[in-house]
Amino acid sequence: MTELPPAPAGPSGRLAITSLDISFGPRKVVSIDELRLDHAEIVGIAGESGSGKSMTTLAILGLARTVGATVSGSIVFDGKELTALSQDDLREIRGRRIAAIFQSPSTAFSPVYKVGTIVTKALRLHGATKSEAADRAAEAMRQVLLAPDLLRRYPSQLSGGQLQRVAIALALALRAEILLADEPTSALDVTIQAEVLDLLRDLRETTGMSILFISHDLAVVAELCDRVAVMRNGVIVEQGPASQVLSSPADPYTSELLDSVPKLATTK
Amino acid sequence: MTSAPDATPAAPAAAAGGPPLLRISDLSVHFGPVHAVNQVSLDVAAGPFGLGLIGESGSGKTTIGRAVLRLVRSSGGSITFAGQDVGSLRGAALQAYRRDAQIVFQNPDNSLDPRMRIGGTIAEALNAHRIVSRGDIPGRVAELLTEAGLDPTFAERYPHQLSGGQRQRVAIARALSVQPKLLVLDEPTSALDVRTQAHMLKLIARLRAERELSYLLITHNFGVVSELCEQTAVLYLGKVAEIGATDVLLSSPAHPYTVALRSAVPEVDVAARRSRIVLSGDAPDAANPPSGCVFHPRCPLAVDRCRTDVPQLREVTPARQVACHRAEDVLAGVALSTHHRSRTAETASSAPDLG
Repeated sequence: MTELPPAPAGPSGRLAITSLDISFGPRKVVSIDELRLDHAEIVGIAGESGSGKSMTTLAILGLARTVGATVSGSIVFDGKELTALSQDDLREIRGRRIAAIFQSPSTAFSPVYKVGTIVTKALRLHGATKSEAADRAAEAMRQVLLAPDLLRRYPSQLSGGQLQRVAIALALALRAEILLADEPTSALDVTIQAEVLDLLRDLRETTGMSILFISHDLAVVAELCDRVAVMRNGVIVEQGPASQVLSSPADPYTSELLDSVPKLATTK
Repeated sequence: MTSAPDATPAAPAAAAGGPPLLRISDLSVHFGPVHAVNQVSLDVAAGPFGLGLIGESGSGKTTIGRAVLRLVRSSGGSITFAGQDVGSLRGAALQAYRRDAQIVFQNPDNSLDPRMRIGGTIAEALNAHRIVSRGDIPGRVAELLTEAGLDPTFAERYPHQLSGGQRQRVAIARALSVQPKLLVLDEPTSALDVRTQAHMLKLIARLRAERELSYLLITHNFGVVSELCEQTAVLYLGKVAEIGATDVLLSSPAHPYTVALRSAVPEVDVAARRSRIVLSGDAPDAANPPSGCVFHPRCPLAVDRCRTDVPQLREVTPARQVACHRAEDVLAGVALSTHHRSRTAETASSAPDLG
């Protein structure tokens, strides 16, 4: 069992994707020339269903093959080529150093365990002692502004927003350097969505965590992300600083996505 | 089984200021100890007209929609449609009402039979209400699909062969098949991508004009009501917090909850962005609502009076009613505490008690 490392201080959480192709048989679903995520940076991937944004997440986690896809190209994390690692070596990184949260937190938690059991079990798997795991779980709950008591509840006893925060707490407890967030707020009420976005922004400040934020909603991307990559049919049509891409889009598809955001009467 | 001619109520002439198509008066819906809807009164004018019901999960917006369609039993108050009391409709009159008022649910996956072709699903409604003769059904199905922006050949397909947006169009086509006067649209776009949502909003706007539809549009998204509804009611814990013309609510909200909800809407335009009002904690337990104003535990402006006196809906500016003791202060621009105050300790100790 390896000892859990202290929270990373240096610029360790860095991810570089180059010439990544993901295919199902003859059908290429993702083809990314370049995508980078720096330390404490929030990068948005914006695109609709079927644009390949979630497959990209799976490939980073080393899980694309498990759904039958073939992956070629390079994904480098902290100097390691992830596509060349064995499943055993990947397991050291996946979940712990690169964590993921998904759209529907209720499907991410087994309904038959208390959430605390799930969180501490993950910590134990990654080498924490029993008491360390309990302490860290409680500490992470406070970081996401939840009462540690909630760890004694079952997933069904928590609201969607609370569960999504527990999912984020798990990533924090594991001292994840990168958080892959796949539509993490799409199933939530606007007020709860705003809270989760605030939380992600704060955590980036306080922990230096890097976040790859996947969403179909450019307004959400605009609120949160430093840089944005717009994906369509598996290809990045445009990427750059969020303020620039969203205020003067170079690709017509980006404009179309921007026009799709419902306008509030007062801002028309 | 033919519907009696007198069962279809002749809609009163929808002159300006005429009687509303749908009137909800003091509606309450209780599920055991949970008061999901508490003395809510709303009017929906004859079409084309949209009333938005906006609020978080648990605010009672969906329950109101279901009560209107008699999918849940109301515990108090009344619902009147074209002058008739909906609660007392029986037999043919009820069947006629089931045709006049239709619902489109949030998730078309759950409302379309996965083993039935699209054409069959729509034909079923046409058949049940004897809208057209049997021989004319395929033609009418094709018309309805076209009207909803789908290719008529989709009639041969199964729901799983369609995208989410296409399935939602089918749900709309089916609702329209019986020529309703009133639609309850329950989060019709929440499960869709933004671009698909934009297409769906355009479709609803077009159908509303062409068919002179009235609808209750249930959503948590201010952007959606802004595009489709003249009037909006903001609901909190089963009560109306604020109601009025949508543009008035959006440009100068008078209830602190409306302000907070409005400020939570993400905006692309940095300049249009407002400072966020953070509400502490989650919505309270509806089985055990707070005393006084139900919003006071989360309200940044709560004063002693709010903890004891229930605020009544009152008109604070023309065309808008608010249930808040401090509405004048909100309109006068009193500062609500904004984002980045220290929330950690307070939220950690105020997690709601479930159960």
